[in-house]
Parts: sequence; C-alpha cells; structure tokens
Amino acid sequence: MAQIEIDGKQVTVADGSTIIEAAEAAGVYIPRFCFHKKLSIAANCRMCLVEVEKAGKPLPACATPVIEGMKIFTHSEKAVQAQKSVMEFLLINHPLDCPICDQGGECQLQDLAVGYGGVSSRYQEEKRVVFNKDFGPLIAGDMTRCIQCTRCVRFGQEIAGQMEMGMAHRGEHSEITTFVGRAVASELSGNMIDLCPVGALTSKPFRYSARTWELTRRPAVAPHDGLGSNVALQVKQNRVYRVLPRDNDAVNECWLSDRDRFSYEGLYSEDRLNKPMIKEGGQWRECEWKDALEYAANSLNLIRQEVGAEQLGALASPSSTVEELYLLKKLMTGLGSGNVDHRLRHSDFSADAYRQGAPWLGRSVASLQELDRVLLIGSSLRSEQPLLAQRLRQAVKRGAHLNVVHVADDALLCRVAHKLIVAPDALAQALAQVVKALGERAAVDAEVQPLLAGIEVSETARSIAASLTTGENRSVLLGNVAQHHPRYALLHRLAQEAARLSGAAFGVLGEAANSVGAYLAGALPAPGGLNAGQMLATPRKAYILLGVELERDSYNGQQAMAAMQGAFVVALTAYKHRAHEFADVLLPIAAFAENAGTYVNTEGVAQSFRAAVAPRGEARPAWKVLRVLGNLFELDGFSQDNAEALTSEALGNTPLADKLGNALRPGMNLVLDKPDGGRLQRIGEVGIYQTDSLVRRAASLQKMSAAPRAWMHNSLLAQLGLSEDETVTVRQGDAAIQLSAACDDTLPAGCVRVAAGHEQTALLGGLFDEIRVEKSKGQQQTAEHTPS
Amino acid sequence: MLSPAALQQIDREVAKYPPQRKESAVMSALRIAQTERGWLAPETIEFVANYLEMPPIAAFEVASFYNMYDLSPVGRYKLTVCTNLSCTLMGAESVAGHLKQKLGIGFNETTPDGKFTLKEGECMGACGDGPVALVNNVRMCGKLTPAEADRILAELE
Repeated sequence: MAQIEIDGKQVTVADGSTIIEAAEAAGVYIPRFCFHKKLSIAANCRMCLVEVEKAGKPLPACATPVIEGMKIFTHSEKAVQAQKSVMEFLLINHPLDCPICDQGGECQLQDLAVGYGGVSSRYQEEKRVVFNKDFGPLIAGDMTRCIQCTRCVRFGQEIAGQMEMGMAHRGEHSEITTFVGRAVASELSGNMIDLCPVGALTSKPFRYSARTWELTRRPAVAPHDGLGSNVALQVKQNRVYRVLPRDNDAVNECWLSDRDRFSYEGLYSEDRLNKPMIKEGGQWRECEWKDALEYAANSLNLIRQEVGAEQLGALASPSSTVEELYLLKKLMTGLGSGNVDHRLRHSDFSADAYRQGAPWLGRSVASLQELDRVLLIGSSLRSEQPLLAQRLRQAVKRGAHLNVVHVADDALLCRVAHKLIVAPDALAQALAQVVKALGERAAVDAEVQPLLAGIEVSETARSIAASLTTGENRSVLLGNVAQHHPRYALLHRLAQEAARLSGAAFGVLGEAANSVGAYLAGALPAPGGLNAGQMLATPRKAYILLGVELERDSYNGQQAMAAMQGAFVVALTAYKHRAHEFADVLLPIAAFAENAGTYVNTEGVAQSFRAAVAPRGEARPAWKVLRVLGNLFELDGFSQDNAEALTSEALGNTPLADKLGNALRPGMNLVLDKPDGGRLQRIGEVGIYQTDSLVRRAASLQKMSAAPRAWMHNSLLAQLGLSEDETVTVRQGDAAIQLSAACDDTLPAGCVRVAAGHEQTALLGGLFDEIRVEKSKGQQQTAEHTPS
Repeated sequence: MLSPAALQQIDREVAKYPPQRKESAVMSALRIAQTERGWLAPETIEFVANYLEMPPIAAFEVASFYNMYDLSPVGRYKLTVCTNLSCTLMGAESVAGHLKQKLGIGFNETTPDGKFTLKEGECMGACGDGPVALVNNVRMCGKLTPAEADRILAELE
C-alpha cells in the first residue's frame, strides 16, 4: 500500500495503481478520453495531465503509477493550464457540428470542453476533413469527429479478439479505419459505439431518431443468450429507441453483444400480431379478446372431453419468463395433461429421468475469467454466448488452456490449446477418447467404463486429458450443439465423467435467456407426460404454443409442421409468422420490453424486470392471458394480481442454488455406437441472429447475417461433383431447398453444414440428421416444399 | 502473390524473432513485397498480413505510417526529395522546383511515360549531405544542386 496525497486529501492505495485509479478511489475526477477501465493504457489523448510534486512537467494520470508520498494536484494552475491546452488542441480539428451530431448531449468531448476548455478558439486555419467510411449496418462513422483515442482499436484487439479497426497514416493525416473499408463483423461491435467518447462512431439503427435527453432509461434483462445481460432500454413515447448495457461485473461487465443491443428493432416489425384472431372455416378474422379466449377454451375443453387430456400438448419458448412458463405448466396440470416442454431444439430426452437439478453453468459467470483449463464440448460459443466467449478469451490471455471437442472448427478468436473436430455422429466417440485418456490417471466410473472398450485414444485426446489434469480452476462446458445432439444424454454423461476425473466444474451452457428458469418453473413433462420430441413425433389433437415459432425453433421443423396439420392450435405469439398456416386461434402477447417477469440466467441468478413500454396493439402479457385461460377453465390458483406474486409462487422460497445440478443419477442405459460413415450428416447449428423470434426480425442484425449455404469440405464437393457457388438441392425428409454450395476445409468429412433458424432452412429436417445434397436440375431459385 | 524467392527472404526475417511473434517482421516483409510488386496494393498487404498471421489492418497501419511504402503505383524511378529543415536550409526547394519543372510533375505525381515519380520525403538522417534525395528507396544522392539533379536524371534515362 502506498500513502499519497491528492488535492490535499490523504489516500492509501494499492501499490502499482495509477494516479487515475487512486483519484477515483479518493473521489476526485480526472478528465480522460482514451483511458477505459477495461482496456489497456494508451495515454495518447493527454487529457488526464496532472501536476505531480517534484515532476518537472505535467504527467498523464492514466499511465503514471503512484509511489509512496506522491503529492498530486489535479486542479492546480499547472494542471488546469495543461488540461486547457490539451482541450484546445483536441478541438482544433473537431467540427462544431454538435447540433446535428447524435452524440450531442452524451458526448464526453462536449462535457469536458465545458468543464476544462476555453471560451473560444485561437485556431483560425482550415480544419481537416476525414472522409466517412462504411462500417456496416450497425455502426455509423463520422470520422472527422474522431479524436484518435484508439479505444475502438484496443477494444477490437483486447475484448472482441479481432482487430478490425486500426489507425492508418500518420500525424495530422492519421485516421481510424477498417482494412480497405470493410464492414466491422465482430459480434460485439456495438460496444465500440459506447466506447467512442465523441460522435465518430454512433449507432446506425438509432441515428437521427431521438435526442438522448428525451429518452427515459428503464432497466431490463436481455432476452437472448443464457447470460441475461443487464440492459437499459431508452424509451420515448412508448417506444424503445435504443438499448445500452448496464454495468454489472457479475454478468456482462460493461459490454453487450450486438444481438442484445440491436434486437429491439424486432419489436417494430411488420410481422407483429396486434389483434387476437380466429380461423373460422379456413378464413382468419380479427376478433375481441373475449371471443378468442372463449373460443380457445371451449375448443380445448371439447377436445379434452372427446379424446382425453393426454391429447393436449404445450410447447413453450425458453425465452418466455419464469412466470409464463410456470402458469403454462399449471394450466396443463389443471387440464390433466403432463405434456409440457420448452426444449424444442433438443432431440434426445433420455436423460430426463436421471436429472437431479436444473442444468446450469456449474460456476459463476465472473469466475470463467479465472479458469486455467477448459474443455468446451459441442459449442459454437461465439454465436451462442458472445460474452461468455469474451470471458474465456480473457482467461486464455491469462494463460488458460482452452480445449475444444466440436463438429466445426470456428475461430474462437483466442488460442485453442487442443481440438478434436469430428462429425456429429463421432462426437460422443471423441469425448469418450478424452474420458479414456483421463482414465489412465484415475479410475473411470463403473457405469461409463464399459463404453470405453474398443475406443482408440488419439494423441489429441491424450493432450486434452493431460491439459485438464493441470491448473487450478477447471471447467468442462457443454454447448448448444451438444444439447441439441441426438445423443445428448450420452454426451452429458461422458462430459460429467470427464469433469469428475479431472476435478473440473461441470457446466451446461443455458441455451436461451430463461433455459435455467424454465427448468425451475417446471416447464417440463410431468411423469408420464410427453416431451417436446414425443409431442411432435406422435401428433396431439391440440397444442398450446407459447412464444414459439415452431418451424424455426424446433429440432425438426418439418416434423413440427406436420404435427400441426390437423391439430387444433392455440398460439400465444408476438408475431404472425407461419402460425397463420396451421393455427386456429392467434393470441397476441407482449414481447421483450413490454412484459414484466423474471429470467434465471445460466449461472442460476434470477433477474426480474418490469415492462418498459406498453405492448403493441392489443397484445397482452402472456402471463395474463394464461391466467384468464385458467379462469375460463375454472381452475384454482389463477388469481395472481401481479408478476411479483407469481415469481415467488413459481420459484418458491428455497434458494435457487439448491435446485441447480448437472450430475445425472446413476443407472442410465448407455450405448456408444460406432459412427455410421455411409451417410451425409447435417451440421445444423442455429445462426447467431436466428436464435429467437425477436432477433430474426431485427432488420439491422439480419443485414449482418449471412444467407444459409451448404458448406462442405472440398473433398465432399468433389465427390458429389459440385463446384463452389453452384446452386445445389439440399434434401432432408420430404423437403428440398436450393442453396449455394460453399467450401470450408475445416469441416469434418461427410458433413454438410446448413445453418438452422433461417426462413429458407426452416422446413428441412433434424439439425444433426441425415441430409442429401445433389446437383440442381433446373436453376429454380425458390424453395420448393412438398408437404407429406 | 509473391515469388518463392521473396517468401524465402521473408522467412529469413521471420526467423529473427520468436515463433509467436511473426508480426515483428512486418516492416521487412512489406519492404520485400513492395520491391517485388512495385507497390503495396491492398491485396499485397493482406497477403503479407496473412503470411505473418496478423490482422490486415495492423499491417496496413504500418504500411500507411511510413512514407517509404507506396500505397499507390509509382514510376520506374521514385525520387524522394527531403524537404525537412536541414535540407530546406541547404536549398532542397530549388532542387525540388527544378525537378518538378524538368519532369513536368508535382509531388506525388508520375510522368505520363511512367518513368519518374516525385515524392516529398522526411529526414533521412543524412543532414550533413543536405539537400538529399533517394532514388527508389535505396540510392542516396547528397549535396544536390539543380545541375547535380540533372546529372542523376540523365543517368537514369
């Protein structure tokens, strides 16, 4: 510890802290532009110059470490003079366009110019002009305003993991740019907008739409990945204009992924359902809430009486709130049906009977940064959980070994120690290799041991095992691809064993905003009830859909759509989507920002939020709709007045941590089959901007999202007699669509990667099932679909 | 993009640094690439960046910072006249003016026949010989006068 004096105040600070940190601790503000607590020190704006006793010239506070007995003056004549001069220099080339600048009102340069600048400028000469560049659909650039603080450059290098911005040229000609005007592609790019202290980088979707002082900040929780980033919604006249991060070091720090930041655009899509609708005699008509609800309730009741409650099924989106999921379960239980599920993209439910708690991350989000050894299984982490990928990147920078077992070799933008990239049907084999290699050091569980007979351990698997047995903090993490995999139970059990043998924490990465919450709220099949896979494989007579866009949210969109044919479907949905093709009643529900509720993130932390704006049109919060349905069925326990009352009822009084758990009970019937080399397999992971209904309708994000293509190894292209960019016919089950073929030599052999969640690929079959690819006969561009 | 000989030269530069620090060789690699291709097109810079496993923008930062790298095509002979203080005091402006008039081009321009490009240079560390000029980044000509400049031009004809 060092005893120093700042502006006459005695402060004790840790050795090695900088003057700016010490000042912060002492409550003294030092102006700055280039300094940011999460970025490296650049000391290039010079705004933080302060006077230090016995130092000849003013020193930059951000880059000067304190020493015992240092006396610092932040407001002395010398310091003020230095700050004033720096400000005068900064303003020389800065345009006076604040009235038309989007940053106006929240601009650090504007604020500090008032606080530390002179009244007028002595500069009479011509100002420099920097031509604008196009940074893509999310970031607007006005580079004449740039003061070269290089925060955006350092963010790319240090946080996003890819340097896309750089400072080109020199001296007065230096300018921030991307390489030959390329668009910024990072999934975290929006943070550069926040970091930019001036109006050089601003939000393109928000541009010219509102002034910051007209906007009200409302706290909320991001509705996409399992992290549950804390956001502030900026609202004006009942409309969300912008989404910004709220600082929370335990969750998202000061960052936000682009998906969480820009998805609000989807709220204002043309596809929103504004009024309840009923289909009568094949014709849709808008109607009153009362009519729609009564029609739905009466019809469901009739079906229940005629064919039995087990013919009713409820499918919910894991982005629904705890309260909604809880009420849905309660409603179904009241109706006598145990058929409830939220795991639409799962295909293997055989671990259900052995689950002991809600699958979760296995450790705190913040502690990911302290990991020394990681085994990441079946996860395209950057698109699944952009900010968790960032946390792991920081861990790797500290020296952590990141080991990967996956079906595709996507760049994680950090050093990967060892990787096993295999076809989906060989994923369990690959993981078994790691377990067997770990078993060379410790005894494998008797349940798993028989699976390992005949497994040949590769050199890489042995290296992964060796890596996992060193280091202090270790984690084994299961990603979305593993969870959607047709042999998920086996992967889970093997991963659990790998974690046990290596002494690592075992984590399952929550797929959606409320995946953990959905387990806790009980949105799962009751004993004897059907899970999502069974409900769609053996069609029910009636379905209640909560916030799902079945064709794009299911493991097998084709099968899901087939199940809907001939069934009575009540869809609680914020969007019309394809529901008008198969549903019978459409009930408009509130979307993100319009709804109060609770999400439980992948760490098991419940975060509640209130509605920030009123729902669009006649839409109502889904929990209220479910409550009314419950009353129409004359069920008990549907009289809650507010979401808070529901929250405590849904989550109970015991600490959530007691209900979390990834370990499976022993006794599972495990079989590890050999990969079947003969058929082509689809790698159908969900695209980063295709995860849920809201983000799919966010126009700017969709511009960032590449159209799906049929990616394969060049040997497969050659084998099928195809060439790159050629239009090919991709078939799964009865569906055939036209896609352009693309070459990716990092893909395993025998695999075709066709992203899921896109409109074009919605009606293909299972995400990791067999797929056929052939030359297109005609050159028809539109997708043909032949329903069964 | 680059010949095996050029790549071999780059490899020799890369070998001077630790294996994880390939990008340390970026300046030499860009020089070698420029010598071979005549100038540094974006594709050339990107090739060098990929070869050294660094982001293209980082290589571009270097290429655009130093003015001996040419980001646009230059003539067969690039004459870079230093116009910093010492050379200017010794008459760099009259030498530059003479060259401009003789070649009929200004700074950063190339003669229509593609033979000469005139550039304004920064201090080359040879102030004692000022005014100085560089021919194609490698040949230094000192104590320039208009007459001496004519002699050099004649030599390059």
